[in-house]
Amino acid sequence: MAERPPGERVRDFSEVDTGLSSGEAIAEAERCLQCRKPSCVKGCPVEIDIPAFVALIAAGDFAGAARVVKESNLLPAVCGRVCPQEVQCEGQCVLGVRESPVRIGELERFAADYERAHGILLPTRAEPTGKRVAVVGSGPAGLTAAAELARLGHTVILFESLHEPGGVLAYGIPGFRLPKEVVRAEIDQLRGMGVSILTNHLVGTSVPVSELLSFDAVFLGTGAGLPHFMGIPGENLSGVYSANEFLTRVNLMHADCFPEFDTPVRRAGRVVVVGGGNVAMDAARVARRLGARTTLVYRRRRKDLPARRVEVARAEEEGVDFVFCANPVRILGDQCVTGVECESMEVSGIGGSKRPEPVPVEGSRFVIEADMCIQAIGQGPNPLLVRMLPGIERGERGNVIADAEGRTSLENVFAAGDVATGAATVILAMGGAKRAARAMDRMLRGC
Amino acid sequence: MTLRFSRQGEDGILGYRIMEARQLAERIYQVWVEAPRVARNARAGQFLVLRIDEKGERIPLTISAVDGDSVRLVFMAVGKTTLQLSTLCPGDEIMDVAGPLGRPSEIRYFGHCVIVGGGAGIACCPIIARAARAAGNRVTGIIGARSANFLILEDEMGEACDELFVATDDGTRGHHGFAADLLKQVIARERPDRVWIIGPAIMMKVTSEVTRPDGIPTLVSLNPIMVDGTGMCGSCRVVVGGETRFACVDGPEFDAHRVDFDVLMARQRTYTGEEKLALERFSAHRCRCGGSESHG
Ligand SMILES: Cc1cc2nc3c(=O)[nH]c(=O)nc-3n(C[C@H](O)[C@H](O)[C@H](O)COP(=O)(O)OP(=O)(O)OC[C@H]3O[C@@H](n4cnc5c(N)ncnc54)[C@H](O)[C@@H]3O)c2cc1C
Ligand SMILES: Cc1cc2nc3c(=O)[nH]c(=O)nc-3n(C[C@H](O)[C@H](O)[C@H](O)COP(=O)(O)OP(=O)(O)OC[C@H]3O[C@@H](n4cnc5c(N)ncnc54)[C@H](O)[C@@H]3O)c2cc1C
Ligand code: SF4
Ligand code: SF4
Ligand code: FES
Repeated sequence: MAERPPGERVRDFSEVDTGLSSGEAIAEAERCLQCRKPSCVKGCPVEIDIPAFVALIAAGDFAGAARVVKESNLLPAVCGRVCPQEVQCEGQCVLGVRESPVRIGELERFAADYERAHGILLPTRAEPTGKRVAVVGSGPAGLTAAAELARLGHTVILFESLHEPGGVLAYGIPGFRLPKEVVRAEIDQLRGMGVSILTNHLVGTSVPVSELLSFDAVFLGTGAGLPHFMGIPGENLSGVYSANEFLTRVNLMHADCFPEFDTPVRRAGRVVVVGGGNVAMDAARVARRLGARTTLVYRRRRKDLPARRVEVARAEEEGVDFVFCANPVRILGDQCVTGVECESMEVSGIGGSKRPEPVPVEGSRFVIEADMCIQAIGQGPNPLLVRMLPGIERGERGNVIADAEGRTSLENVFAAGDVATGAATVILAMGGAKRAARAMDRMLRGC
Repeated sequence: MTLRFSRQGEDGILGYRIMEARQLAERIYQVWVEAPRVARNARAGQFLVLRIDEKGERIPLTISAVDGDSVRLVFMAVGKTTLQLSTLCPGDEIMDVAGPLGRPSEIRYFGHCVIVGGGAGIACCPIIARAARAAGNRVTGIIGARSANFLILEDEMGEACDELFVATDDGTRGHHGFAADLLKQVIARERPDRVWIIGPAIMMKVTSEVTRPDGIPTLVSLNPIMVDGTGMCGSCRVVVGGETRFACVDGPEFDAHRVDFDVLMARQRTYTGEEKLALERFSAHRCRCGGSESHG
């Protein structure tokens, strides 16, 4: 695996990690013990047959490896790059006890990249069933459900409100972690499988609910795209962004290429990013690439950061400053942001699984000068469509209540991904969507 | 189900066709765009978001009329995107059109409604006036512009309303003064049951003060800078009654007397420098291509 040096990569949006060479991939694959009861598979929400595909890589059959991966996962080039493997497949690998686990994610990505370069093979479709299914949202959940339902022979129409399919993969995760051509190539497979992808279709308004419910079955994969704000004074000053807005302007609208592209984004000298998850890391690293001195403020300790460790390390290498145990209380400025007033937090380590609750330290306020503030403190399910569905049960946080197979309180409506779970991960969304698609198939076939 | 005009990535269908395009007044243009789903589902007060081409910005425009499969947009050429839009001709295509977006105007029987439009904001008025009248209301229209050559849709508003008053800042047409003056006169004659005020932020701010003392229910259609228009970015946030709301999904219409117009105006100025740059670049390009040449 080659990682481009920080001084170089912080000046562009090309991929940080350039992947394994064939030689490296084979060597890494040969480390696998080919366990009879592979614990790694249990850590993968879509249960890829990991030892099988790793063995094929070791044998030099890269196309064969890709085929095995794709039996369980339609988006391997995406997952290989963005899955939090340390808590999933790799976290369970037996080799991890003594030495380092097999780099399953890197190998998966290698096989997928190989296949993309040498011609993607489409899954075969079952006999057409004549049933029409609507899939709402083209994030990982919607893409997975659409692919699975199409493979099973149903006619699938995928509605996406934005002009580009992919959900967070398109507008949220920056190109230096997930190149957009990778996402596009994986989505093109769906078109090849006969799925109609209708962009610019906001279900609820462009597609009325009555029309939606006239499909034989409906899958909701609308995600958790509603940005939360902290609710502190100064939050509506010009120069305060949600991470979603900031990342959308850059990733989807190419504001980094303004004025070549029409959409602008503020070019700040100094940016404060609030939050500690993957979203905050992405926002901070994008801000660095736009040339700003960037400080990330997180209310807990370094070891409590929910972001993937490798991304934290990369952010640090790229020159993002971290301020831990601090929380903004006010954004300063008259019309535009001039600074962020924070207070220090005390985090008492309470044992057990519960996360420590940070408590403000009195008289500890300090100001970080900044001309821009990005809030990356979480997102909730977008209520727009869900609000319109008569009688659908919702949880306290606005999420659609769905069982393990995606069944909601409405007869023909299934849901999975962030809209059901709240903001989670790509692979959990895909796992949920796959189970839901199978349950939908059984329902449609009346068995 | 018609899927004919929906853009499906590389499936060969390009975009949304311009059916008619012309200039209505100084710097104000109208285009009819074929967008069947938007046309079929649009209601008064809603808008759409369009992106002209691959490199374009997503901008919101009100759906000002519907005819068959097409919707009408009436806009003032103020920056790069609206200027580029004004150069498109029938047969040209817009890459992306998404809508209808936003909550429709709340229309039912109120009694007497007054609809006040200023500048390009007049574009939004006839569709509301017609809907209000169809719900049995008596509708008074008031339209205002800087000068007669900026005034649009006077005939259409005349037909849509039971009565229409016109004002220009310089007196070149109708009342010499502001739409707010005419609104005062109408209120002095009889207290309206509901008022809509749509125009530039500063005009809405000033004009809604006219209805505040009597507590006349008044709505304004807010126009913050938007990106997606579907509630996922928060660019469009406005402060209403001390609370932050997203104009694209909670609005665009809000209770005029609870809106913080200063926040709206400050946020509208976020990209002033960039907008100027984009405009200069576009104008320079147009000159090189010779006059009204459209892009690409
Ligand atoms: C910046 C960022 C970085 C992340 N990094 C990682 C990471 O490294 N690893 C990881 O595993 N996870 C990561 N995540 C989380 C992960 O991306 C999400 O959990 C995942 O995308 C959820 O998938 P989904 O399909 O449920 O929803 P989404 O990806 O949110 O897709 C939902 C789609 O539905 C569309 N939609 C919504 N409403 C409608 C409607 N009414 N009509 C039509 N379309 C509609 C939306 O436009 C959107 O395209 C990250 C998230 C963000 C924001
Ligand atoms: C819900 C909604 C409906 C709208 N409907 C209409 C309509 O029917 N007709 C119409 O002419 N305009 C309408 N607008 C405003 C329109 O979206 C902007 O004029 C447009 O985005 C400007 O883009 P531009 O690239 O041409 O100009 P820019 O380069 O973006 O801006 C040029 C100038 O216009 C100002 N400006 C930018 N954005 C806005 C905005 N959102 N509102 C007001 N001024 C702005 C800037 O401050 C600047 O001075 C609407 C806005 C919203 C939010
Ligand atoms: S999909 Fe994710 S969890 Fe599953 S094997 Fe691949 S990297 Fe691991
Ligand atoms: S647990 Fe590790 S060593 Fe065992 S099969 Fe899985 S990857 Fe190979
Ligand atoms: S425009 Fe993005 S939330 Fe309203």
